[in-house]
Amino acid sequence: MSESIIPESELEEVELYHAKSWWTEKVFTQDAKLIAIQYGLTAFAIGFVALVLSWFMRIQIAFPELSIISEGTYYQFITMHGMIMVVYLLTALFLGAFGNYMIPLMVGARDMVFPYLNMVSYWTYLVAVLVLFVSFFTPGGPTGAGWTLYPPQAILGGTPGQESGIILMLVSLCIFIVGFTMGGLNYVITILQARTRGMTLMRMPLTVWGIFTATVLALFAFPALFVSAVMMLFDKILLTSFFMPALVEFGENLTYGGGSPILFQHLFWFFGHPEVYIVALPAFGIVSDLISIHARKNIFGFRMMVWAIVGIGALSFIVWAHHMYVSGMNPYFGFFFATTTLIIAVPTALKVYNWILTLWKGNINLTIPMLFCLGFIVTFLNGGLTGLFLGNVIVDVPLSDTYFVVAHFHMVMGIAPVLVILGAIYHWFPLITGKMLHEGMGRFHFWVTFVGSYLIYFPMHYLGFIGVPRRYYEMGQTEALYTSSAADLNVFITLAALAVGFAQLVFIFNVFWSAKRGIIAEKNPWNATSLEWQTPEQPPIHGNFGKELPVVYRWAYDYSVPGAEDDYIPQDVPNEDVKLADGYSELGVEKT
Amino acid sequence: MSTTSKIPLKDGVEGFVSDWSSDQRAFKGVPWGKAMMWIFLLSDTFIFSIFLISYMTARWSTVEPWPNTSEVFSLTVNGVSVPLLLIAIMTFILITSSGTMAMAVRSGYQKKRKQAGALLLLTAILGMSFVGMQMFEWSKLISEGIRPWENPFGARQFGSVFFMVTGFHGVHVSVGVLFLFLTSRKVFRGDYDTGRRGFFTWQKGRYEIIETLGLYWHFVDLVWVFIFAFFYLW
Ligand code: HEM
Ligand SMILES: [Cu+2]
Repeated sequence: MSESIIPESELEEVELYHAKSWWTEKVFTQDAKLIAIQYGLTAFAIGFVALVLSWFMRIQIAFPELSIISEGTYYQFITMHGMIMVVYLLTALFLGAFGNYMIPLMVGARDMVFPYLNMVSYWTYLVAVLVLFVSFFTPGGPTGAGWTLYPPQAILGGTPGQESGIILMLVSLCIFIVGFTMGGLNYVITILQARTRGMTLMRMPLTVWGIFTATVLALFAFPALFVSAVMMLFDKILLTSFFMPALVEFGENLTYGGGSPILFQHLFWFFGHPEVYIVALPAFGIVSDLISIHARKNIFGFRMMVWAIVGIGALSFIVWAHHMYVSGMNPYFGFFFATTTLIIAVPTALKVYNWILTLWKGNINLTIPMLFCLGFIVTFLNGGLTGLFLGNVIVDVPLSDTYFVVAHFHMVMGIAPVLVILGAIYHWFPLITGKMLHEGMGRFHFWVTFVGSYLIYFPMHYLGFIGVPRRYYEMGQTEALYTSSAADLNVFITLAALAVGFAQLVFIFNVFWSAKRGIIAEKNPWNATSLEWQTPEQPPIHGNFGKELPVVYRWAYDYSVPGAEDDYIPQDVPNEDVKLADGYSELGVEKT
Repeated sequence: MSTTSKIPLKDGVEGFVSDWSSDQRAFKGVPWGKAMMWIFLLSDTFIFSIFLISYMTARWSTVEPWPNTSEVFSLTVNGVSVPLLLIAIMTFILITSSGTMAMAVRSGYQKKRKQAGALLLLTAILGMSFVGMQMFEWSKLISEGIRPWENPFGARQFGSVFFMVTGFHGVHVSVGVLFLFLTSRKVFRGDYDTGRRGFFTWQKGRYEIIETLGLYWHFVDLVWVFIFAFFYLW
């Protein structure tokens, strides 16, 4: 996959912004790598809050007699947990953190194209997080509407947090979207317009492809959330009736009338389904790269993988109503959306096959990143299969709003992407900090997290089958409705959840401890080919590459090339400079 | 190793794909700012489309009758009520401003500094008068009792949707006006000739910025045409 014709540079070098003070260098920084770290730390901080909320919820479900939280608090906690995990943790982490760090390095740019905008993007995100967090301390507390925020109940009395929590949630989402848009434009334009010489789109690592497609999805899906948040704010504050039908509350006629609650569901899921792929596609991309690197083999079917990412991205805009089979919409819609949902499974399954075929006969190193990747494949496959059940109308109707759904979406968009994020951190930590993460703690972290999450979510499928409803803070005592087997399982699940939570504490300790005391990483410790490892310094400094930008001669997957002495050829090494193995006269050609 | 700027291109779709995905830039010759504006406008198109779709849904879902738009939006001149008079003028002004904007872009590329600055200023003033007339229309409707939450002439969603969508568009116009003023000041001062750095971004501006701003302005204009058709003519 190497080409010797390299066009001349058509982009002039742009002057880098040089900070004048400590503040503009470290805090209000315009360097994408530091912005990435800021994004990452903020996302992890708020994500940790969501994790702690899940402990409270799990303890409440397993031991209702303790009554550690009230029913209202339970609703508030699921809402905040769900929204934080999906939007403020995963989206910000994949696009804001990994996007900022990896895109310029991997495509061979010195920085994002609009560093100033990039900086503002982070600070706007921070404001969004703070506005959301403040709602824990306002009168009435955060909103308890469920992360889907369905009207009319989201803004009516009786729902916890309807005093101010719901307003802060909607405002925070709007701010988040504004901030994201600034960053997202940067990612897209950097990838499209600022690559280095020789870096064609088809030579970009799949990580960049995943982040790119996800960003495009986000730029087109977030508008739906933005508009519906604005309209719901008006319904709440100005008493308009976009989503509110005529209602009677406590025997009193409310002033609302004539609005359509179903419209909100359509808008929400027009955002919500692409959102699933916004967190899945970067994970797909990263996992492809990690598997290829740690199995010392080129990715199987690279072009197919690219087209699958793009195809999934496009299809993800026409499946949204599979979340609405029980909403009372026209049944013919259900038929259409079930069909598109099954179609989108095809490219997705194709990717799973390709990962497995990449591993096939590879030289698999069971490094920690590889372990996380294997964990991802299994978990994602599991979640994908239950998705086929829920995508079909008649199967979904009885399973809707049960723990089967909770199990499905945690597997597919909770645990699976988180495993990739963790694996990616183990993989790129040496690049970012120059130190290795502690191996023993890392292995402990992997096994407890992976096995533990299975113990949490696998039994939930069974709970769903026997009809245990989701979003209930307590199941009651009637044996006919809530069997003792279910009650015991819930205790078991909670113990597993606490163990997984503990493992994350070990991980956090590991990150800080290793950043300080960890062993110094050698240069390019995984022998990877992509550009981020080829920088003159490790960790890379402002401007990323030395005087000259690298020139790219090959794709990112030249591992175990026959004839080469090393089992990898970096992207910026031309064929002439490859050291040949004994007995070869040329790459792939044996001496005769 | 050989370096050349000409690579033979395959025919058909394959050539198209490999050309588009060729190295460094997908859109050859398009500056970063302009590419960014295009993508932003695509995203913004989604925002306005969803606003308009919600408007249509509101119009179908409401149980009260929709007010007769040619009565609500009429102006009384000399005792005769003329439907859509104000809107016709507003639309005319906005479309004219697109023309002056296009001329500003041209003068900018010709490095006619004063002319470009003056045309930008003119565009800004036209935009401002559009916003002014919109404020006039809003106050007229408000004085007749139309509010976001109620409407004496029929469905309350009329007021909600009208204020929300025209308001959102009005904000777009106002932001555009602000940037038009700023850019015209920079052009007059000769920033794009001397390479003076931006106050915030610390980057050197170029005359291309006028074209990028122009894209935004034409977009806002185009959106108005849709709002005009959907709100005033339907
Ligand atoms: C081990 C970590 C986690 C635990 C123990 C956990 C636990 C829970 C629990 C107990 C619920 C409430 C179920 C109910 O009563 O209906 C829930 C809901 C939810 N979780 Fe998690 N979760 C974890 C990680 C995640 C992650 C990583 C995501 C990211 C996608 C996520 C997304 C959600 C969502 C979207 C909901 C639904 C909220 C709602 O119903 O409004 N969770 N989780
Ligand atoms: Cu979906």
